[in-house]
Amino acid sequence: MRGSAAGPSCLETNDWICGEYLRTRSQELVDATVQHLGITAVSVAIGLLIAFPLALVARRWRGAAGPVLGLTTVLYTIPSLAMFALLTPVFGVSAAVVVTGLVLYSLTILVRNILAGLQAVPAEVREAARGMGYGPARLLCEVEVPLALPALVAGLRIATVSTVAMTTIGSVVGYGGLGNLIASGMAGFFKAEVLTASVLCVLLALLADLLLMGLQRLLTPWTRAQGRAAARARRGARVAKAGG
Amino acid sequence: MGAIAGAWQWLTTAAHWAGEKGVWHRLAEHLWLSGLCLALSCLIALPVALWLGHLGKGGALAVNLSNVGRAVPTFAVLVLLTLSPLGTRGDWPTIIALVLFAVPPLLTNAYLGMREADRDVVEAARGMGMSGPQLLLRVEIPLAYPLIMTGLRSATVQVVATATLAALAGGGGLGRIITAGFGNYDTAQVVAGALLVAVLALTVEGVLVLAERLLDPMRGRRRAARRASYPAKGAGPGATRAAPASAPAP
Repeated sequence: MRGSAAGPSCLETNDWICGEYLRTRSQELVDATVQHLGITAVSVAIGLLIAFPLALVARRWRGAAGPVLGLTTVLYTIPSLAMFALLTPVFGVSAAVVVTGLVLYSLTILVRNILAGLQAVPAEVREAARGMGYGPARLLCEVEVPLALPALVAGLRIATVSTVAMTTIGSVVGYGGLGNLIASGMAGFFKAEVLTASVLCVLLALLADLLLMGLQRLLTPWTRAQGRAAARARRGARVAKAGG
Repeated sequence: MGAIAGAWQWLTTAAHWAGEKGVWHRLAEHLWLSGLCLALSCLIALPVALWLGHLGKGGALAVNLSNVGRAVPTFAVLVLLTLSPLGTRGDWPTIIALVLFAVPPLLTNAYLGMREADRDVVEAARGMGMSGPQLLLRVEIPLAYPLIMTGLRSATVQVVATATLAALAGGGGLGRIITAGFGNYDTAQVVAGALLVAVLALTVEGVLVLAERLLDPMRGRRRAARRASYPAKGAGPGATRAAPASAPAP
């Protein structure tokens, strides 16, 4: 160990916060973060790809809604450690175990939110589009999905944030991204490693949340205009009341 | 399905159920830990949520707390607490981590339940001369009951599920069976442990759904109200709000 002239380095004293650690292990941290991001992004993307058709099926056939929602809810009650354990015989010890588990969890939130978003599209809007000659596919893509976007993105945000947190458990099979560092830090009582990885994990979750929030603002400019209009109306009403 | 057969064999071996490391002992540890954490979380979260809801303040706090709670990995909190000075004090790291995990859903749901209680009804009760505590106990809490119970249910299931993680930090509970299986490369034991935990989580969920129905302070009245308003509501979507709390009709 190379101690600095001022005294023992923070690695030797095992401090919680340690610049030395950040410097010497930056590659390890970057690798873990990249793995974490990769697992999260792939899981949420696949989750979205599966959840969307499921939500459409649940909306199209009333009888399917109960089983679809029930099944995804049951999946959510399976503990993450147990989920990964149950999937290991199927996939062996691989990243696929973690991704599959996380996809199954994200379905609960995504299906519910997409379905709620689609169902909240006003019937008269749908009628108007149909009257203008929109076919079912065009109606879905150009009218219903854009109107359901706020609910969809709200679900996506919750799913992403919890997926970032849950990826850490993937460390039981060695694919936990930053969770691997937390686990190895625990095994070696290495405080700086545990704290740094934990903080990075929370930062990733918050960053992803902000990013999705920004994306929604970009994709749904009309909600902002509506919000402004509503605020103006409220202000107007207040003024009117004060005047009356 | 060799893994399932192996797990079944593991589960039906009597030796695996007895003793310090046996299933019964781990199950007892798991239930004790979950129950204690849940009781503590309720003691912390419910009074705060009901009080804030009664006053109608702190909505941003209640909602943001739940969002932040989701972003913090329980595993990280658990390990951080284990390495802190608290780590030498037995189960405390686990208990604190689980309480921190269970408080947000309890608080948020109870608060929202209180806020969504029909304001007209509450005002009418106030007009009838009910005092603050009377209003809280006899009007607001019964009206907020479904959402409070939804929060309690999700907190309970999450705590039972997450208590499994205590094993990763060296604690007890059913998770120990899974981590021991991983340690010995014993897939049968891993799958058996996972099945035990999953069955426990689902059982707890079922028990809570039943308890929720039986303990509802407005059991008969809510059903009657639903039946009375059904023809009028039938056409509307309404599913957005009913979705999280609804259970299949008996």
